[in-house]
Amino acid sequence: MFPRVTFDPGCSHALPLTPDVPTCSVMEESSSSTRRSEQEEEMEKQTEKTVKKRSKEEEEEEEEVFTFNKKCTEEEEDLSDSEDSVFSGLEDSGSDSEDDEEDEEEEEGSADEKAQNAEYLKVEPEQTPQIKEEEEKKKGAVTEGEEEKQEDEYQHDSSDEEDIRNTVGNIPMEWYKDFPHIGYNLDGKKIYKPIRNKDELDDFLDKMEDPDYWRTVHDKQTGSDIVLSDEQVELVNRLQRGQFGDVNFNEYQPQVEFFSQDVMLHPVTNRPADKRSFIPSLIEKEKVSKLVHAIKMGWIKPRRTEDASRGRYYDLWANEDSSILARHKMHLPAPKAPLPGHQESYNPPPEYLFTDEEHALWEQQDASDRKLPFVPRKFSSLRQVPAFPRFLHERFERCLDLYLCPRQRKMRVNVNPEDLIPKLPKPKDLQPFPTTQSLVYRGHSGLVRSISVSPSGQWLASGSDDGSVRFWEVRSSRCMRTVPVGGAVKSIAWNPNPLVCLLAVAQGSVVLILSPSLADRQVILSTERLLSGQREAESVEEAGPVKWSDVEGEELSQGIRLKIQHPKAVHQVTWHAKGDYLASVMPDHSSHLQVFIHQVSRRRSQNPFRKNKGLVQCVSFHPVRPYFFVGTQRSVRIYNLVKQEMTKKLQANSKWISSMAVHPGGDHVICGSYDCRLSWFDLDLSTKPYKMLRHHKKAVRGVAYHRLYPLFASASDDGSVIVCHGTVYSDLLQNPLIVPVKVLRGHVITHDLGVLDVTFHPTQPWIFSSGADGTIRLFT
Amino acid sequence: MGGLQKKKYERGSVTNYITRNKARKKLQLSLPDFRRLCILKGIYPHEPKHKKKVNKGSTAPRTFYLLKDIRFLLHEPIVGKFRDYKVFVRKLKKAYGKTEWTAVERLKENKPAYKLDHIVKERYPSFIDALRDIDDSLCMCFLFSTFARTGKCHVQTIQLCRRLTVEWMNYVIASRALRKVFISIKGIYYQAEVMGQLVTWLVPYQFSHDHPTDVDYRVMATFTELYTTLLGFINFRLYQSLNLVYPPKLDIKAESELKEEDDEDYAMNSESYLEKLSALSTSLARMVSTAEEEETELDKFPVEEEDLEKMEAREKEQKEQETQKKLFEGLKVFLNREVPRESLAFLIRCFGGEVSWDKSVCIGSTYEVTDETITHQIVDRPNVDKQYINRYYIQPQWVYDCVNAKILLPVEDYFLGVTLPPHLSPFVEEKEGDYVPPEKLKIMALQRGEKPANEQEEEEEEEEEEDDEEEEEDENEEEEDADEEVEEKNLKKMEEQRSQGKSLPVKVTAGKVKVDNPARLEQEEKAEEKRLAIMMMKKKEKYLYDKIMFGKKRKIREANKLTAKRKAHDDAEKSKKKAKK
Repeated sequence: MFPRVTFDPGCSHALPLTPDVPTCSVMEESSSSTRRSEQEEEMEKQTEKTVKKRSKEEEEEEEEVFTFNKKCTEEEEDLSDSEDSVFSGLEDSGSDSEDDEEDEEEEEGSADEKAQNAEYLKVEPEQTPQIKEEEEKKKGAVTEGEEEKQEDEYQHDSSDEEDIRNTVGNIPMEWYKDFPHIGYNLDGKKIYKPIRNKDELDDFLDKMEDPDYWRTVHDKQTGSDIVLSDEQVELVNRLQRGQFGDVNFNEYQPQVEFFSQDVMLHPVTNRPADKRSFIPSLIEKEKVSKLVHAIKMGWIKPRRTEDASRGRYYDLWANEDSSILARHKMHLPAPKAPLPGHQESYNPPPEYLFTDEEHALWEQQDASDRKLPFVPRKFSSLRQVPAFPRFLHERFERCLDLYLCPRQRKMRVNVNPEDLIPKLPKPKDLQPFPTTQSLVYRGHSGLVRSISVSPSGQWLASGSDDGSVRFWEVRSSRCMRTVPVGGAVKSIAWNPNPLVCLLAVAQGSVVLILSPSLADRQVILSTERLLSGQREAESVEEAGPVKWSDVEGEELSQGIRLKIQHPKAVHQVTWHAKGDYLASVMPDHSSHLQVFIHQVSRRRSQNPFRKNKGLVQCVSFHPVRPYFFVGTQRSVRIYNLVKQEMTKKLQANSKWISSMAVHPGGDHVICGSYDCRLSWFDLDLSTKPYKMLRHHKKAVRGVAYHRLYPLFASASDDGSVIVCHGTVYSDLLQNPLIVPVKVLRGHVITHDLGVLDVTFHPTQPWIFSSGADGTIRLFT
Repeated sequence: MGGLQKKKYERGSVTNYITRNKARKKLQLSLPDFRRLCILKGIYPHEPKHKKKVNKGSTAPRTFYLLKDIRFLLHEPIVGKFRDYKVFVRKLKKAYGKTEWTAVERLKENKPAYKLDHIVKERYPSFIDALRDIDDSLCMCFLFSTFARTGKCHVQTIQLCRRLTVEWMNYVIASRALRKVFISIKGIYYQAEVMGQLVTWLVPYQFSHDHPTDVDYRVMATFTELYTTLLGFINFRLYQSLNLVYPPKLDIKAESELKEEDDEDYAMNSESYLEKLSALSTSLARMVSTAEEEETELDKFPVEEEDLEKMEAREKEQKEQETQKKLFEGLKVFLNREVPRESLAFLIRCFGGEVSWDKSVCIGSTYEVTDETITHQIVDRPNVDKQYINRYYIQPQWVYDCVNAKILLPVEDYFLGVTLPPHLSPFVEEKEGDYVPPEKLKIMALQRGEKPANEQEEEEEEEEEEDDEEEEEDENEEEEDADEEVEEKNLKKMEEQRSQGKSLPVKVTAGKVKVDNPARLEQEEKAEEKRLAIMMMKKKEKYLYDKIMFGKKRKIREANKLTAKRKAHDDAEKSKKKAKK
């Protein structure tokens, strides 16, 4: 190591080395320049002060004390390092000057400038102590500032052996103000003040007369006046201008790099190494022992060797062993990001661009509702395509999806919708069934609630809200008779016995038995006989809730033969297949008097139920066996009339049963309900519906079976009649086949009511329907 | 009443799931560490089938992990590393607080680090598994390689991503695996077929990103950590499979050529090597210097007749692919400085073309603009000052469209200043009933080898005719409908009159002979049959059927909408043209 030494170019330094040997000291450009400027400032101050001081001296002697004092203090403050040099006497010692000389020489670094030096030498003795002072001060600064110096300099160091003529030391000279001397010389003799008898006037005269007055300076140390030489004045001027004292000094000499990256042969100093550099450091020892302890204890780990394999790639799948288990079965790989469509193109076809409305809609929509997460845009060339502003977002969202989104395996249904449609026999193969509307029976002014076809199939009876019962000839659609009954007809039923021609009509709380006499004589006779048989039994009749009465007068001529007075409004009437028994329904929540079974031949009525089991909607007789079907609101009960007990209860799975029909075989029942359903019960199978058909859009009002053909139909408020094929097999193992074959439309919906009743022709595959529009239609 | 009462939620599906917080507690990890672990190990939440049961009767939204997954995480060595890191951070903080700089230095040297090799191997037990899942890693690496070298993530990561992506691209070039490419508004999509797997990745445009504040870069950085490891191993394996030297090296010949030219311009050799690689203009060095890859022909096995067709189809496909691979062979392309160099160079080299660019654009240019043998110059500016006669000046879209069409498209549509035809996505595969843009039809016709000339007007005319026919049909239908309506009205009127009891003016008019179209009748019959059959469907099936039909109808509606839009647009264009004339 070379000691790093900075040298001040302002003063000279003697180096023991010859100039041709590469020097090893460095002048740091920056530090030297700053120092140089500092010293210049100091020098300036000095000179200023002296000049000021002189002028002050001229003014007042009394003040001088003060100024001296002040100056000294100032000096103490400013130039604390050059204290002793201040008191170095008037003349410089030879050695000092030599020293300077040498310094100069070293600085110039060239021998051929000796001439100049000689001049300088000549000038030297004339130099005033002021200048010496400056020089010395500089040197002092250097000596103080530098720790290490060349040997030479120690030898010639003159700071403490200066040639001082006045030995008073560094004291304010005002202390000697009152004395005749100003100090003592080396021999201890007093140095007397020069005789100063100059007063103001002398001073003034001097000023006026003496041409050298301006260059005369008062030395307060010796008390004498000194006239500055030309060189000295020049020097002062140069210093005032902030230039170097030495004229020949080149302030911009080329810099010599003392310390370079090259290792040098010789050290910069030959100062012997310190002792401490040979003795092991205790502090270090302590530190090392601490570290050793920490390493032993494992607190400090040795420096990790740089892992060479890190960041290196190798054949990871070289041996595809199955030792590493594949992830368990529940692993769901993340779905791949969807591939872009035409919309995402930078130059999409024009149809994919948004119109204004679409764009507005897109803006309005919530980000999650949008079909596209971006607005398609079109650029005419590739260079115009900007960066996608949401690119980072989309990447980030993908990341979030990958690690945050719960995954679930969802089976995608990949079925051909055609396969879902059940394979049914073609309707064409299931003919005959009604297909077209062939006749319309017009005449009623109110909605036609109920229709019934005579067992012969020749006549059709209809009861309407306009208070009339009409009889129509089926083939001609002619209205044969109109019987006013004086109130809305709720239900109408033709006696199924072909030997009798009777009609039951429910109107208000009365059930009328009508004999329309629309048959051949034989039939009319047998009807008369049946009715007359009633008369015989009349006397037997007991007084009950139901009153039978004969009709007389005009009504008789209309064909009304009997009136059965009920306690409440009758909603439905239905005949037993034999034609002797007649059931009537009076729906009522509270009483058990809801159903009556009348025997026409004996004019007898009875209430089969002792208990109220819910609101009765409709009743029906079993076509062959002594069973009685009662449709309540949610279920159908089947009673055995002989044993007088309930045999079955069918759950309809619907809210409100509206109508019911029994298959002519007697083993199947269909129920229509107000909640648009039609349920088919197979009595042998279960009490639950075998099939629920939701074909209708609105409430089902009426259902009917065909007596001969495997057909059934349902009428609904949506104005349609749906005819279904329903084959019942005698084989118990085979379930009935139900196929809808035709949707018949024709009725106009009035007051939200469409088709109210439907019934089949007894022998032909024809169907009659009555609607709220006051018409009856025949579909064949 | 014997036996212990069974407690609820102690058996069944509850035992298979664990909530996130519980999992975190079980693993004794902080949320960020847990997140990092989940990302690295590929653990994700599962949606239980019966959420309420698993959630112990509550319906609060919670994420559930499989208990098995969490147990599996318990034994992960990386968890220990996470804890070490936590300790490391604590120590470092302490050292900073005490201003013990030597300790800081020492700690930093011993920063705990972990490797993800075993995780990659565990997540992807076989190479094909890894290849299948490479899409996201490619996208992420390409994104990270475009990041600025400051700020958002470590410079090393960015450099590594860049290196890996360059390696990947070089592999794709060497294996000629690229299949499809698509310029979207987001960036450029590429699809390559690597070892039978379709790999799709998206490269953003080369612009600086304005980093949004609502993006968590730590998450992305964790993913990138895993992805770079995965991609590195995949690259290694792929290079090996092609007999290429793995950290990729340029071909010796090419290298020497490049060296001569550019050594002065690029200071650091190590840096410029990656640059040279990323220039994509030279082929890579091979381990065994085989002269040419020998095409192994498949041996023909005697096959059954069923498979014969399949085989033929496969062979045909293969042939097509072979021709596609040599699409640009023999072309000498020069890229102007305004076109995206990397993308185009990649494409052209993938299909066997030669490519070069201005020397000042990038290192690795192989010939100058002045080269007389250049066949195509790709330009993306309105005009060029000095044009050479013997080459085409075309816009960049031509290259992309050619790749997708698998044939060299006619260059006329892509000349300078010409309005470009729309750029279509190659990823859309139209099924029956979907809307197909007319441009696609045109390209398909070209692919079939039909004559491209004077097609436009003819097509238009045809279209018009078709339209007219359709319209006529429509009109016919409408007329018929109208007839029916009129009849109905008449009938109704009559009915009304009748019901009102008015006597009709009895009049016999000559009836029209109603011609029944037998075909139509049949159709109607069938439709009715179907309707009736649908009525008989079960509830569940009906629901499904309705849903499917709804989807189908919506699709048709959308296709119709697009067609209508296109038609309106074309009409507008036509009228504009006419107005100009």
